[in-house]
This record gives sequence, structure tokens and C-alpha cells, in this order.
Amino acid sequence: MSTTTIEQAPAVALPPTSTFFQRFCRNRTAMVSAIILAIIVLAAIFAPYIAPHDPAKSSLRAILKPPGAVYWLGSDDLGRDVASRLIFASRLSLVASVQAVAIALVIGLPLGLIAGYVGGWIDTIISRFNDALMSFPALILAVVIVGLMGPSLSNAMTAIGLVYAPRIMRVVRGSTLSVREEVYIRAARAMGCGDIRIIALHVLPNVMGPLVVQATVLMGQALLAEAGLSFLGLGAQPPLASWGAMLGTAFPYMQQSPVPTIASGVVISVTVLCFNLIGDGIRDSVGRMRRAGD
Amino acid sequence: MDPLLSLKDLTVQFPSTHGLLTVVDKVSFDVGRNEVVCVVGESGSGKSVTMQAAVGLVQTKGGRVTGGSVRFDGQELVGMKNRHLNRIRGNDIGFIFQEPMSSLNPAYTVGEQIAEVVRRHRGVSRAEAWKRAVEMLERVHIATAAARAHDYPHQFSGGMRQRVMIAMAIACDPKLLIADEPSTALDVTIQARILQLIKELQTASGMSVLFITHDLGVVAEIADRVVVMYGAQVVEEAGVDALFATPRHPYTTGLLRAMPQVALERGEDPVAIPGTVAQAHAWPAGCRFNPRCEFREDGPCTTGQVQLVRDDHGLVRCIRADALRTRLTQAVAA
Repeated sequence: MSTTTIEQAPAVALPPTSTFFQRFCRNRTAMVSAIILAIIVLAAIFAPYIAPHDPAKSSLRAILKPPGAVYWLGSDDLGRDVASRLIFASRLSLVASVQAVAIALVIGLPLGLIAGYVGGWIDTIISRFNDALMSFPALILAVVIVGLMGPSLSNAMTAIGLVYAPRIMRVVRGSTLSVREEVYIRAARAMGCGDIRIIALHVLPNVMGPLVVQATVLMGQALLAEAGLSFLGLGAQPPLASWGAMLGTAFPYMQQSPVPTIASGVVISVTVLCFNLIGDGIRDSVGRMRRAGD
Repeated sequence: MDPLLSLKDLTVQFPSTHGLLTVVDKVSFDVGRNEVVCVVGESGSGKSVTMQAAVGLVQTKGGRVTGGSVRFDGQELVGMKNRHLNRIRGNDIGFIFQEPMSSLNPAYTVGEQIAEVVRRHRGVSRAEAWKRAVEMLERVHIATAAARAHDYPHQFSGGMRQRVMIAMAIACDPKLLIADEPSTALDVTIQARILQLIKELQTASGMSVLFITHDLGVVAEIADRVVVMYGAQVVEEAGVDALFATPRHPYTTGLLRAMPQVALERGEDPVAIPGTVAQAHAWPAGCRFNPRCEFREDGPCTTGQVQLVRDDHGLVRCIRADALRTRLTQAVAA
């Protein structure tokens, strides 16, 4: 007989009973993304203590300075410190994304639950309206809404939230449709649960997985949409700065001073990438059991 | 005393591409207090739908109770508002489903799920409900119940999950436990233990049990009285001993002869009933069992409607019941 040793499962394999958190921590890409995002969030929270300069203070003697010891990432066309502005802008950008996703959730989640659970003509009406909304390009629709409501960051994010609500609704409806047919829903009814109680206690926890994944990915997209709208001047209004607005103001001076443009762009890209990778990580970890070969 | 549950001419219809299908056709029977009644029949005989309709659970599947009445403990359940039904379901009537693997919510621990039923109906504190949940898990013989209450359903085996379901169903001391094939999806050895458990709990608490099954072995083990259903109708009703000793309907005989235990006693192989249950949109004229019946007589059996007739033995829906009396008994006698 050959002396083949039975291959042991690699030491890193987790038991099938591992929790979501354990599995997520093993996902290196998602963990690194989460750490980077945590740093960005902390920077936003403690911005006044971290930023080396006042983000709004302009200096005529320091216009479009290259990066150096005083201005880490150079200064902009009005002589403001780009690094400080980026740090403070993270507040605006992150809050704006949260606002957009929150609005999308507030609208999309109940509609999705109702459409999926009740079904019938109510589902048909909600879903067709949904399809109609989704057939518009998101950013264009947001531009139209901002055009009607007037340019401001809050209006822009409300618009983005409205535009993204159908995506949440669609995911929730789909999951609800499958959960609704589960025996434990029938069992809950046989135990004397009313419809509202069933939706809140039995359906909602079971659609959370896909919902959290979708919301995380939408965070990244909302950030991007915010950047786009602010770049076009429809989002954050001066003197406030968001990453997109900074990109917009730095862009015309790219010939003289490329660093502010690049820095804003990199920060936006990295944050969006982090959201997407975290979303993927959550998606891979939510199942009760790791799929074989994972 | 009044029976605890009394179905009278209960009729349930489902819409389909063939028009309205009558899947439960004027079904009547009673369940007395402290009594175990088994409803027996093949898949498609309407036995599960009958039970679900009795407690108002068919509407969500598109079905409608179109006639008859269901009296439970002095109250009429047909037409009762869901709000009121919800106070009875899970509290006065416990329900166990066929699929133990999927009838528990994967998002909660089993303790939470039992406690939630108790809280819903008893309005007790969280701590008390949890105590009750652990106590119920002990009552269904789950070892180290206090620790297992913190586990999720996927950490339990099929038989254990069915025990949890039973614990949940009886957590509020129901007067009636409806068990819809609770042992069908389980291993034979586990099946026997689940049956024992149900019987034990029934004896201890004095609740009534309405047991739906297609397994006559199960019936012999726990039933006091048996209702045989075929083609959406009741075809025979009798005490359990009478049913096994002197079946009156050819369908019942067929079911008995298909049982390995009965066949072995006679030194024969089990005999399958030929054919399958007709679809609800295509019941044959006359007796609904006639195309599969070896005792069919063209004419009386294939025209008109056969009525359910009461005799000394119970109820039987067979026009030739008296003529076949001895032949049917012989067919299953050892």
C-alpha cells in the first residue's frame, strides 16, 4: 500500500456551526476593506482633531501649492489645505450616503415586504411602478429631481434615495416571496400569529441577509452618485466640501496642480471599493454553512 | 357532554384552471374530549386540507370554506375573524406539521420560538416565558433542555426538531392538538418515539388529539376512533378495534391489506390498491372509489351518489356494505 496520508482539512477551515462574524473575519479582502472603512469613518468623526488646518480658511499666499510638509496634499485654488478639506469632506460624503440609503430603505423595505407577502394586485401595482422607476438611468433621474427641488446636498441625496428605493424593494420582495412559502410561516400562523406579527418577527429576520448586502453595495453607489452630482454642482454647495465637490473644484486646475484632483478621486474610489468588497464579504458569510470548497 | 371539536358538512373549494375544485366535500365528524381521532387517507384525499380549513388556515393558499360549520368548545370557527382565531390557534388548539426540518424559523433559537408563543398567548414576562420554554423542552424529553434552548434549529436533528415543534404546540396547554402527519418525514425508530411522546402527553394532560396520517400502523398504535377519507369525502368511521377487525368499506380493506404487518400475519405479501386517487376535477360518477374497487358492481356503484350510512359498526359510504360484510372481514382476517 502506498503511504498516502489522508489529507487533513486545512487548519483554517471553520466548523459548519461557525458564526457569521467568524466567517467574515476569515475573509481577508472584506476584513481589510472593513478596516480601511473604519479608519475613514474614524477620521470623519474626529476630523477637528486630525485635520492639520482649518478646512475653510483660505490663504492668498498659498494658492495651488504642491504637497509638502505644511500642506500634505497641496492647497487648492483658494489656498485651502486639501488634506484637511478631504478629511472634513468625508463627513459630508458619508452622511450623504447614509441618508440616501436610509431613504431607500424606508421606502423600499416596507413596500418590498408588502408586495412579497400580500401578493396579488397589490404586488402587481407596486412591482410595475418599480419596474418603471428602474428603467430610468439612476443619475439622470436624480438630476431631474434635483432640478425640480433645487440644488443642495440634502435634496440630491433624497433624490438618490428615491431612485435606489426600487432596488431595495426588489431584493426584499424576492426574498419575502420565498420566505412566505416556508413551513415556519404557516406554523407561525397556526400558533396564532397575525400578519403584521408574522412580517415583523418571522419574515424580516429572514430577508435581512440579502438586504444588508444590497444596502452595503448601495452605500458605495450612493457615494459615487453623490460625487457625480456634486461634481456637476448639484450636490454640496460651497463653502461646504464633499469629495465629489472637491473633485469638481480641483479638476479645472489639474494642469497646474494634479494632486488634489487625484487625491479626491482616489479617496472616492477606495471608499466605494471598500463598500463593494464588504458587501461581497457579507454575501459570502451570511449562509448558515460555508459552501464546500469555499 | 358536547364533543370538543365538531365538523359538520365542512366543504372547502379551491379555484383552479378546471374551475372551482371541491377538495373537502361535506365532511362531518367529531372529536370528543380526551379522545384520539385519526384521519386516514391517501395523499390527495383531502385530509390535511380538512384540518387546515377547520382552524382557518386555507385562505392563504387560495382556498375557501364554502359551507358547513366547525364548532370548537362551543364556538363557531367558520367565519370567525382572524383576530379571534389567532387567540384560539396556538392557545386552545396546537398544530404540528409534517415537515420538522422546515417548520422552525432558522432566525431564532428554539427557546425563543417557544417563549414567543407563550408570551403571545399568556402575556407573561420574558423570563417566565423562557422558563416555560425550558420546561416544555424537558417535557418532550430533550436532554440538557436549559442549554439546548439556546441552540438554533439547524443544530437539531429531524426527530429533535419535531420534539421542539410538539413542545411549541403544547406550550399553552391546548385542549386540542392537531398533528398533520408528524412522524411521516422521520426514521421509523424516531417515528415510534414521537408517537409514544404524543400519546404520553395526551394521557398526562387529557387533551384531545386529532391525528392525520396515511399510516395505519400509526393508527393502530394511538387512535381511539378512525375516520377514513377518500376523494374529499368521509368513507368510513369506526372505533379503532372495529375498523381493524371488521372493515366495512373496500377502501379501508385495501389500506389494511397494503399494510406489511397485516399481510405478514396472513402469510401474504402486502397488496397495493390498484390505480391512484382521481383528481378533484374528475371524480367518477357514483362511488368515488369505484374505478379502483375489486367489488364494484356496474350500475349501483357507478351511478348516482353514495350516502354515508350509520350502522352498528359506525359510518360507511358503500352501497354494497352489507353484501360485502363477510368478504371484507375475511380479506384482512389472519
